[in-house]
Amino acid sequence: MSARDEINSRAVVLGKIRRSLGVTAEDPIRNAAVEARLNRAPKGVIPARGQLDEAGRVALFTKMAEHFAATTENVADAAAVPAAVAAYLRGHNLPAEIRMGEDAVLNAMPWAKTQVDVRHGPSDGHDAVGLSHATGAVAESGTLVLTSGQDNPTTLNFLPETSIVVLEASTVAGDYESIWATLRRRYGKGVLPRTVNMVTGPSRSADIEQKLQLGAHGPRNLHIIIVG
Amino acid sequence: MVAITSPNFKANAKVALHDPNLQQALTHVRANFITRRAAAAAAMPEFEALRDSSRDIKNHTLANLDLYLEAYEEKVTESGGVVHYAETGEQARDIILAICRKAGARTATKGKTMIGEEIELNEHLEAGGVEPIETDLGEYIIQLRHEPPSHIIAPAVHLTQKQVEDDFRRAHTHLDPTRDLSDARELLAEARGILRQRFLEADVGITGANFLIAETGTSIIVTNEGNGDLTQILPKVHIVLASIEKVVPTLEDVSQILRVLARSATGQDMSTYTTFSTGPRRKDDPDGPEEYHVVLLDNGRSEMLGSQFQDMLRCIRCAACLNHCPVYQEVGGHAYGWVYPGPMGAVLTPKLIGIDKAGNLPNASTFCGRCEAVCPMRIPLPGMMRHWREREYERHLQPATYRWGLGLWAFFAKRPALYQRATGIAMRVLGNLGHRKGRFRALPLAGGWTQYRDLPAPAGQTFQEMWRDRQRASAGAKL
Repeated sequence: MSARDEINSRAVVLGKIRRSLGVTAEDPIRNAAVEARLNRAPKGVIPARGQLDEAGRVALFTKMAEHFAATTENVADAAAVPAAVAAYLRGHNLPAEIRMGEDAVLNAMPWAKTQVDVRHGPSDGHDAVGLSHATGAVAESGTLVLTSGQDNPTTLNFLPETSIVVLEASTVAGDYESIWATLRRRYGKGVLPRTVNMVTGPSRSADIEQKLQLGAHGPRNLHIIIVG
Repeated sequence: MVAITSPNFKANAKVALHDPNLQQALTHVRANFITRRAAAAAAMPEFEALRDSSRDIKNHTLANLDLYLEAYEEKVTESGGVVHYAETGEQARDIILAICRKAGARTATKGKTMIGEEIELNEHLEAGGVEPIETDLGEYIIQLRHEPPSHIIAPAVHLTQKQVEDDFRRAHTHLDPTRDLSDARELLAEARGILRQRFLEADVGITGANFLIAETGTSIIVTNEGNGDLTQILPKVHIVLASIEKVVPTLEDVSQILRVLARSATGQDMSTYTTFSTGPRRKDDPDGPEEYHVVLLDNGRSEMLGSQFQDMLRCIRCAACLNHCPVYQEVGGHAYGWVYPGPMGAVLTPKLIGIDKAGNLPNASTFCGRCEAVCPMRIPLPGMMRHWREREYERHLQPATYRWGLGLWAFFAKRPALYQRATGIAMRVLGNLGHRKGRFRALPLAGGWTQYRDLPAPAGQTFQEMWRDRQRASAGAKL
């Protein structure tokens, strides 16, 4: 198909939609309604489940994430994370190696006090453990929210067999809508980073006789370290 | 090319009912999907309100679909992606193959896409010299078997574990033939190992989309395995194949629908991975595709707008209607003879391949209404099947005996006095004949019915006669 055919297809498809609906592109009422919805982004029904104070949100998040087969632990502050990672690796007979991006919060942690060998940059598929810093989380469903970039490459969330995610307690929201508000403040209205990953537990499949198996194509283990 | 066997639904169903492997595999549909959905819905007090909200969002979007598509396209372009429109499956395939060729692609990994099945994308890629690699475990299995999916979210649900083991032994001949594959865990690990290398080598990744967001120009995929993510972040080129009705206005709107999607599909609160992708990799991104294309397919959907079938475009492909359908539960997906099975297929397939070929599907329903009762988008599926039955009748597509029988019944039904007299005689005759045994094992002209069960002998009176007698008796008692 040539570029001209494609431009023509666009006109044909949009024209067919308008003919079927019996509308015109110029109709000011429709245009105003669409513009208003895109600008105002009204919230719909927000489940009461996640509408709790911070301690309640963290507790609900923990319960839901564990229900979906993630493991969690709490540490007092960011300085305690490297020791927690080292202990996790030892406890699971994993080599003392992790890969992470250039995240400022992760970089500022005292890795030198541990034996853990820290490598930086995206994964090429040969890393056993990836470490990421979550943008936030949703208590309602035990869901982590991770955003792409140099600080936290997306490949780290999928290629290593074990994914460890650092989550600050203060960033655990009750619902998805609160996350969108945060991202709009950070990136601007109508703009998202290249990838936003919502992750609820480790990878799984039930494609063989509906038997749930963990560790399909993504991580087999998802460990969440909650800070604060 | 996947042969369309929908016209042979009855024969297909008969084969399915006598296939022991299929019948064993289908027990998992009945046991798992239904209880899990019910538990997830019960655990969310706002579930019914979320269904209403989701329905309203889609209705608003469909009424303004042209404008939302334009807004979506503008945002995709702003973020560095390219939107391609395709009127037909053929056009969509050509666009995708042209992108693959330009990228010099030898292999293309694929996330699960039902639209890809609809337009027979794999066959076309192969013919064009690009090897398609299905990466969803179920899709991978059926690709090995050269079969179409039998379920829209669990494509290999018609197979037993033993069948999968046999397929892996047949296909993975480079592995030790004495290896242990007796457990589903080992089968999954084997597929993971084989596909991991293919992910890393692929030149192009092709995914479907569960939603497109107009506000941000984003495509969303929802998976449990993570295969869709590896498909779209590792290759240089990511192609999203989506039909035009997948667009929703905002992040808030999609959040409403996501809350009913996973619960209705697998009974999860959220699927493991819900991924929002916007354009190609940015200036500082260390990973992600360098090119991002979206192919928007119409293929007859624009004609459904403003018609009796517009509501079908709210469908989010959760498969709750299949899982709860007593017909699907018995015959599985392949009997329906094309890509979309179950109640949603009975409505969509006649539109996509023609009522002349798919007329059996809207008739393969008991109208029990469970599909509509569980549909998260509140699509009136039985009502739309009825519309298709009417169109089929108008176009004289049913067999002559069927129309003749219906005409005969209508003749009597329109003449109440004659109807009562005729049925009264029939009931007395049947009542007398069946008096001794109380049931009939066979009846002339009703062999299809009595083949599987006996007909209880009538009591010798029609309901109306009994009613009249009782009224008289109670009137007499009052006096």
